[in-house]
Amino acid sequence: MKAPNEVVTRALLRQVNVPGLDRPAALITLDNGFDHTKPNTFGPGGLASLDEAITAALAADPAFIAVTGKPYIFCVGADIVGLPQLADRAQALEIGRLGHRVFARLKDSSVPTFAFVNGAAMGGGLELALHCHYRTLSGGAAALALPEVSLGLVPGWGGTQLLPNLIGIPAATQVIIQNPLMQNKMLKPKQAAELGIADILLEPADFLERSLEWAAGVVRGQVTVTRPEVDKDMWAGVLYFARETLNQRLHGAVPAAYKALDLLETAKDADFAAGTAAEDEALADLVFSEELRSGLYAFDLVQRRAKRPAGAPDKGLARTITKVGIVGAGLMASQLALLFARRLQVPVVMTDLDQSRVDKGVGYVHTQIEKAVIKGRMDKNTAAKLYGLVSGTVDKSAFADADFVIEAVFEDLGVKKQVWAELEKIVSPEAVLATNTSSLSITEMAAELAHPERVVGFHFFNPVAVLPLLEIVRGERTDDVTLATAFAVGQQLRKSSVLVSDAPAFVVNRLLTRFLGTVFAAVDQGTPLDVANSALDPLGLPMRPLALLQLVGPAVAYHVGGTLHAAYPDRFGVSENLKRIADSGQPIVVDDQVNDEVAKLLVVGDQPLTAEQVRQNALDALAQEIRLMLDEGVVAEAQDIDLCMILGAGWPFHLGGVTPYLDRTGTSERVTGTRFLPRGAASLPA
Amino acid sequence: MPREVRDVVFVDGVRTPFGKAGGMYANTRADDLVIRCIRELLRRNPQLPPERVEEVAIAATTQIGDQGLTIGRTAALLAGLPKTVPGFAIDRMCAGAMTAVTTVASGIAMGAYDIAIAGGVEHMGRHPMGEGVDPNPRIIAEKLVDPSALVMGSTAENLHDLVPHITKARTDAFALASQQKTAKAYANGKLQDDLVPMSIRDAEGGWGLATVDEAPRDTSLEKLATLKTPFRPHGKVTAGNAAGLNDGATASLLADEATARELGLPIAMRLVSFGFVGVEPEVMGVGPIPSTEKALRLAGLSIDDIGLFELNEAFAVQVLAFLDHFGIADDDARVNPWGGAIAIGHPLASSGVRLMTQLARQFAEHPEVRYGVTAMCIGIGMGGTVIWENPHWEGGNK
Repeated sequence: MKAPNEVVTRALLRQVNVPGLDRPAALITLDNGFDHTKPNTFGPGGLASLDEAITAALAADPAFIAVTGKPYIFCVGADIVGLPQLADRAQALEIGRLGHRVFARLKDSSVPTFAFVNGAAMGGGLELALHCHYRTLSGGAAALALPEVSLGLVPGWGGTQLLPNLIGIPAATQVIIQNPLMQNKMLKPKQAAELGIADILLEPADFLERSLEWAAGVVRGQVTVTRPEVDKDMWAGVLYFARETLNQRLHGAVPAAYKALDLLETAKDADFAAGTAAEDEALADLVFSEELRSGLYAFDLVQRRAKRPAGAPDKGLARTITKVGIVGAGLMASQLALLFARRLQVPVVMTDLDQSRVDKGVGYVHTQIEKAVIKGRMDKNTAAKLYGLVSGTVDKSAFADADFVIEAVFEDLGVKKQVWAELEKIVSPEAVLATNTSSLSITEMAAELAHPERVVGFHFFNPVAVLPLLEIVRGERTDDVTLATAFAVGQQLRKSSVLVSDAPAFVVNRLLTRFLGTVFAAVDQGTPLDVANSALDPLGLPMRPLALLQLVGPAVAYHVGGTLHAAYPDRFGVSENLKRIADSGQPIVVDDQVNDEVAKLLVVGDQPLTAEQVRQNALDALAQEIRLMLDEGVVAEAQDIDLCMILGAGWPFHLGGVTPYLDRTGTSERVTGTRFLPRGAASLPA
Repeated sequence: MPREVRDVVFVDGVRTPFGKAGGMYANTRADDLVIRCIRELLRRNPQLPPERVEEVAIAATTQIGDQGLTIGRTAALLAGLPKTVPGFAIDRMCAGAMTAVTTVASGIAMGAYDIAIAGGVEHMGRHPMGEGVDPNPRIIAEKLVDPSALVMGSTAENLHDLVPHITKARTDAFALASQQKTAKAYANGKLQDDLVPMSIRDAEGGWGLATVDEAPRDTSLEKLATLKTPFRPHGKVTAGNAAGLNDGATASLLADEATARELGLPIAMRLVSFGFVGVEPEVMGVGPIPSTEKALRLAGLSIDDIGLFELNEAFAVQVLAFLDHFGIADDDARVNPWGGAIAIGHPLASSGVRLMTQLARQFAEHPEVRYGVTAMCIGIGMGGTVIWENPHWEGGNK
């Protein structure tokens, strides 16, 4: 049995003689025949191979059975690529049951069973380990996690039933629900061992030898394994609290998270067979949910498309960067200086108008380096190197030998043009001139330069060190060498770059502004702030509109809004109330509540909308704007829009970014006459 | 600055099971073999703070690839020793590990450091003898050395020419005895405690564990008589009466005796003297004779004072030439009581420490013995000998 296209992870069985035991142990190695860049996964073929190996192992009456992985990889879980190919719910049920049946053999075995978790263990891989009677864990394992909920699934091969009964309900809730929803946080081996997921943490250098020795000790009764007793009294309380937290964040938008909660509840008293049967049903429901299909689509975008940006020129054209110049020494410029120095490991020089600003910028970088060292995130040698790499001056001639100069000065076309004109007299004709503008035209900025072909947009998202998106903007005259260099730099900075054309506010800011614009229009009309603010709750976005506004800064939002209003006056309004909020200088939300002091300043109409209407307006606006952007060629495909929203705005997997959600709610067809993605691509098949 | 020479002791030694080239270690890195030994050595001696190790000398004959990169230093780092612990690579062909021991012992004796690790590794499957060599053309042009000197099997045939009384039948009998003694030693659990189980892996079987030597075989005089003589037509040297091509590693802990006592480290042997001597490269097998004579002379001892011999069996003829020279019977119980390299294997630069580890265990079993010898022949015409004193000696005759 093997799914179409399944890369089968084989379970290789070997009898091993372990010193101190009077008969051989059975050692099963999971190995799909590739190196660690293609990790082990389980499809039907892999499960069948494991089943056979367990049968053969038991037939030899071994001292114990142990399962381990190939170098660096234990197993990273179910073969999710195969999930959308399942024909119907019955097949999905069958996959769940098959995993349960095979894994249960390790749990029910009268021969002691061990997992030697030598490398990355996720999802079904970790669940396999949880079925074994004992676990050793290598300190070299890259990560451990049950990430299913992040995709729109639940740990459906025993994870929800075994984990809470091993490590307790608080830690299990963290691993199964909270971590996946926190940018899919994973556990380091030490953390996993502390939580009790492994019985012993061993060093990687001789992990297998020590694991076998330890297992022999357990079998002979020389090693006693003690685990803390699981507290059942707190079960309901912990889950109640977890549900409340979920409601606050997601407002019911992620069915997988709620199903996982239900299963954790079941795990308290249900016998294992009943618990796993409930997992099977939950899994089958979720496999045929829109949220999972969107999640798989989003996962693929982030894993694959982000690594091969659509429309990027041949990598071979890129120039080598040996020195970076940064115009400006403000907060953004300082963040950029640190990032460039850290990732490119070349000299980075900042300039500003006066020495005190320069000193402040360099000082900021030094402080960040110091903090990183104190927190143990950077070693002293690297810190010493970075101190030496970052410098500042008021003399722009320091840019003369820079190959890449990025400006982060005041967001004004005239100012930026002046900066470039001045710089062009200093730098070489090939030096790339990059701008971190969030909304201005690259083409206009370059218009009067002798070499406009070397100007490119390089738009980061705040906070620079955290958000992975980089919008690389091609101006009308930007050439391929410049663009290739920009992409190469983006990759070195470990950002995910998306190529966008020189349209006002590019992708993320344009969509967020349009979207927020509808919310503010509703407020201007007289919709109460809290109604407008909570209108989008059913989507489960990372932030409510007013919190987002606060993060961006009302003044910045007003400025970007102005640029877009100038470009597209009929779709982008100017909200005087937004200006009032900006002018007030006060926070619009405090502790997730609307600030009444600011609310009082607003001047509103008397035609309030319902939350439903606000939501529909916002979604309609998004659909219209995305269609226009695709028609204008701002990005290559709808996939790039989704990638931008996921990586630059943190929009969730369960929406697939945004276009799969607009498709499945019928918004795109109603507003634009057509879907963004064919049925089945990020949704259930027809 | 006046100073005294300090007593140096052999604290402990371990080795991986020895594999056959192309066998169980086919997918195992050479450096991983010796790293495993170093880690186990530290683990078996928990009273030794790792930072007290002040030198790591690791030998390999072919110092390229996974046996290169200053293997003593890199192995120390990869074994998890503190970064402050230095290390170096060493090469004296088959006597690499032996030379690692005598070199760090010299450093300890003169007070440069108190504790050191010495060992060796040879993965002859990954690094066949002669890999990447570039002999100086003067060797042939000026007839400095006969080209046969570079082929160890040929030097053994050359040695046979010089000692015609050592017949092929005698070498085969000696080889069979070596196999039988090793089999018996295994059966009696004499060898196992030196061994460090080593993880192995192959594409079809997945991970496994090497726990015993791969080379020993069940043979007979009849079978041995049928083997080919690959180094000379109608010659005498066969795969049966010589050590094979093997993969393996060893490591040992050497210490200043006072420091060992201070830390509560066991004292397995006390270094008495050592000698290395050059001989004609074409008959390198005679090397241990003059090197043993030298070591005895330096120690003020005679061959009759030696109660146990661990002689490396590169070739049976070379061991027999040694025994004949010193008037010792082929089957003398003092000689290689647990068999030798013909059975166990000879991963070149690692073997010296195996001899010592086994001698150390025999010392513990024989408190009536005061002195023992470890000796071996060395390519390009050398011999090496180390004489050890038994700290368990109770004052008996030998």
